Amino acid sequence: MKRTHGTRFFTTAEITNDARLALERAGFSRRDFLKGTGALVVGFSIAGRLDKLGASNAALAATLDVPLNQVDSWIAIAQDESVTGYTGKCEFGQGFRTVQYQLIADELYVPLERITLVVCDTAITPDQGTTSGSQSHPTEFGPNGLRQALATAREALFAMASDELGVPVDQLSVRDGVIFVTADPSQQVTYGQLIGGERFNLMVNADAVPKDPSQYTVLGTSVPRYEIPAKMTGEFQYVQHVRLPDMLHGKVVRPPVVGATVIDVDEHSVEHLPGNVRVVRVNDFVGVVADKEWQALQAAMVLQVTWSEGVALPPRADFYNYLRQQPSRDSYTVLNDDVDQRFAEAASIVAATYLSPYQMHGSIGSSGAVADVQGSGPNGTATIWSATQGVYPQRDSVALLLGIPRENVRVIFVEGSGCYGLNGADTVSFDAALLSQAVGQPVRVQLTRKDEMAWGENYGPPYSIDLRAGLNQAGDIIVWEYEGWTDTKGNRPTATTPGNIITGALAGFPTPPLVPGGGDPPTSYSNNGNADSSYGAGCVRGTCGGTGTVSSERILTHTIQSPFFTGPLRAPGRLQNTFANESFIDEIAASVQADPIQYRLRHLSDPRLIDVLNAAANAANWDTRPSPKPGNPPTGIVTGRGVACVLYEGNNGYSAMVIEVEVNQDNGQVTVTRVVTSQDSGPVSNPDGLRNQMEGGTLQGISRALREEVNWDDQKITSIDWMSYPVIRFGGRLPSMDTVLINRLDRLQMGAGECSITVVAGAIANAIFDATGARVRELPFTPERVLAALAERGQIRK
Amino acid sequence: MPITFSVNGESRTVDVDPATFLLYVLMEDLQLNGPKFGCGAAQCGACTVLVDGVPIRSCRRPMSTVSGREVTTIEGLGTTENPHPIQTAFIEEQAGQCAFCISGPMLYGKVFIDQNPGATEDQIIQALNGLICRCYSHLRMVRALVRYAQEVRR
Repeated sequence: MKRTHGTRFFTTAEITNDARLALERAGFSRRDFLKGTGALVVGFSIAGRLDKLGASNAALAATLDVPLNQVDSWIAIAQDESVTGYTGKCEFGQGFRTVQYQLIADELYVPLERITLVVCDTAITPDQGTTSGSQSHPTEFGPNGLRQALATAREALFAMASDELGVPVDQLSVRDGVIFVTADPSQQVTYGQLIGGERFNLMVNADAVPKDPSQYTVLGTSVPRYEIPAKMTGEFQYVQHVRLPDMLHGKVVRPPVVGATVIDVDEHSVEHLPGNVRVVRVNDFVGVVADKEWQALQAAMVLQVTWSEGVALPPRADFYNYLRQQPSRDSYTVLNDDVDQRFAEAASIVAATYLSPYQMHGSIGSSGAVADVQGSGPNGTATIWSATQGVYPQRDSVALLLGIPRENVRVIFVEGSGCYGLNGADTVSFDAALLSQAVGQPVRVQLTRKDEMAWGENYGPPYSIDLRAGLNQAGDIIVWEYEGWTDTKGNRPTATTPGNIITGALAGFPTPPLVPGGGDPPTSYSNNGNADSSYGAGCVRGTCGGTGTVSSERILTHTIQSPFFTGPLRAPGRLQNTFANESFIDEIAASVQADPIQYRLRHLSDPRLIDVLNAAANAANWDTRPSPKPGNPPTGIVTGRGVACVLYEGNNGYSAMVIEVEVNQDNGQVTVTRVVTSQDSGPVSNPDGLRNQMEGGTLQGISRALREEVNWDDQKITSIDWMSYPVIRFGGRLPSMDTVLINRLDRLQMGAGECSITVVAGAIANAIFDATGARVRELPFTPERVLAALAERGQIRK
Repeated sequence: MPITFSVNGESRTVDVDPATFLLYVLMEDLQLNGPKFGCGAAQCGACTVLVDGVPIRSCRRPMSTVSGREVTTIEGLGTTENPHPIQTAFIEEQAGQCAFCISGPMLYGKVFIDQNPGATEDQIIQALNGLICRCYSHLRMVRALVRYAQEVRR
């Protein structure tokens, strides 16, 4: 009964023979796999699953890629009415897994408790690339995501029910996975009866109609996070807790200084230690393996390694000048041809330079991973349990690292501590893989704090940004120029670039060098890096994609070779650029004695950005007047307020923030006392979850604005723990925080996790100026830098 | 060397180097997931456990000093089926994101509030002084602790 109507659904989307064969193989392998390991689908109890997925089942890992365009890649319905979803977007603590449950419940009309979700396992979930860049909402709700597959499945179930019940589809309704005749609910059939245990054998239909967000009953509500109870009771197993039979423990031994290479490793130096210590060396990658973690830790400290000299590092104190003096790769976001002419015509010109340092992800837990690698060459196999943001690219990269076919590599995501980007999760996965391959047993590695901070992660890169604007007689901006310098080294590991992260490079894989050049005029407008300000019209080849009115712009970014590994750190580049742009608009407003919000509104064109700005201003009871605040004394504690706003990535979430600060002008201490944040990311999936992200992003942004910077001496990174890399901790005054959610059900879903952090630094800098008349232009705003800015006040004020 | 101590109410004996820090034994030998390795330097609090009711950083606490003592991890407070009131408060407030740090705020907060049920919000924040949560769920954690304090007073 169930499958005989299948051909009806293929009329609009033919499956090619090749695709059908691929589906047969992928589908069967996954279903067989599920039959053999039922524990997989009972939630997050990993222990049971690991026992069944050790080395002996490595062959199971050797499956094909799971195709995005097949409904069966995304959804399976069992005879007992349970629903299993499969997706390649993972949970890092941002709450997206709960949203995925909500999406399945809403689109399929099934209760949440009936759903199980399997995420980010290269053998069984669809390849959705990395979980990053605030792309989970746009992707999962987009044409190639989970929602479209669910809509296709629902339409198929309705058509099957129509045949089964002999009633047209438009006379059917559904509730809790039961389709019934609307006029006579006693005539019904369940999903399980229609398709339980069988495949849909159906391509995702681009024409299937997902539920309109106005009809959502589960999305749009604050469903509690599914994994929070287990996290609060210690039952939750993070990747650092993956335990396999016969698992050993590894630690790495990194170079003492940047650029040092191994001359000699004295294995005898650890011979006397307990725990069957083994030493592993792959080029400049050095590590030890022992029976127990404590033993591996001791061995790593004792092991004698002779290293070469390192390389000379550019001096920290002069680094922003160094950035400007190296060969660069150049990229224009906008290049209008009337910029010089407009500056010549301008009644006045404002210019300033803004500096942002290297910053760390600084995950609270140092990164961990477990690898089970057997052999090398064509018959080698590897299974890796990793908290990576990209199980699929890691699979391909590890294959090259280990010299085994990618078909034989399986990467299984297990949540770690919050990553905020490219922390040490990939690096430590490589560490575990190399060590396991060398000893032929499963190896768990958790980095030490120093190895995480100095030799584990890819830092967020520094920026030095010159901004210049020309104004007309009325004080309106008529021309805007951005020239920024940043740097890069490595990035996420890919199929061809294991050397993009530290362990791959140590093991001998090249880190692709920056190739100077570029500088061609843009062919289309993309403000993905937020180099263009909110006030730019963004006109490229006659089409204007910006959010503002300033139509004469030159937006040029230079990228140089970094001495340190870099990569995405929450709001990568956008935070640094937005700090500069949002500080600068404030400086311009002050130069013409205009209220900071009114002046912004004069130069904005995007109604949604205007709305979030007004929403934040209203919620904050914004006091409309120019900055600085009149009447504040030049000494003692003073208060002020600042604002910032942005359309994240130029198309991925609107955010505005009003911040109030206290500045102690005697010691330079800045305290944030109040934050009001508004956000428009389209339809709100989970209001409390979004607020949680906005609040966390804001406080993390305050930490990055006031405390965080990576430092080094002439040979090595000196930010190696929480004393040498200070962050905001518990104990200080917490700001009051209000969040305003603008829920636009008629718009597409946008990113939500990086909006608030992007605007924090600019809003704080502007609040400091409002309170004191002093402009801080270098992150972080340490007491020393605030005091220096206070001392320069007279020279800066217009 | 065999060392006997109590963990979450059960007597346990482990044969380890007495210099081993407590956290490694809890995580590896006893397979507990509550206390976590964050920094290994007693700087962040992710490894917090109670020893005889006092919160300590287990990542720097030698096993030789816990012989005969009572160690409590967050697993010892309650379970998802039957959570301790402080865990209920954290769940109700959704007080976490990755929650890897949770042992610190929960255990320091609990001990302080149990001893000072009338504590103000500011005093509660001070009791957490120095702990790190990198997702910055601070506001929710403080709300959860204030909620727990109300529960204790009731």
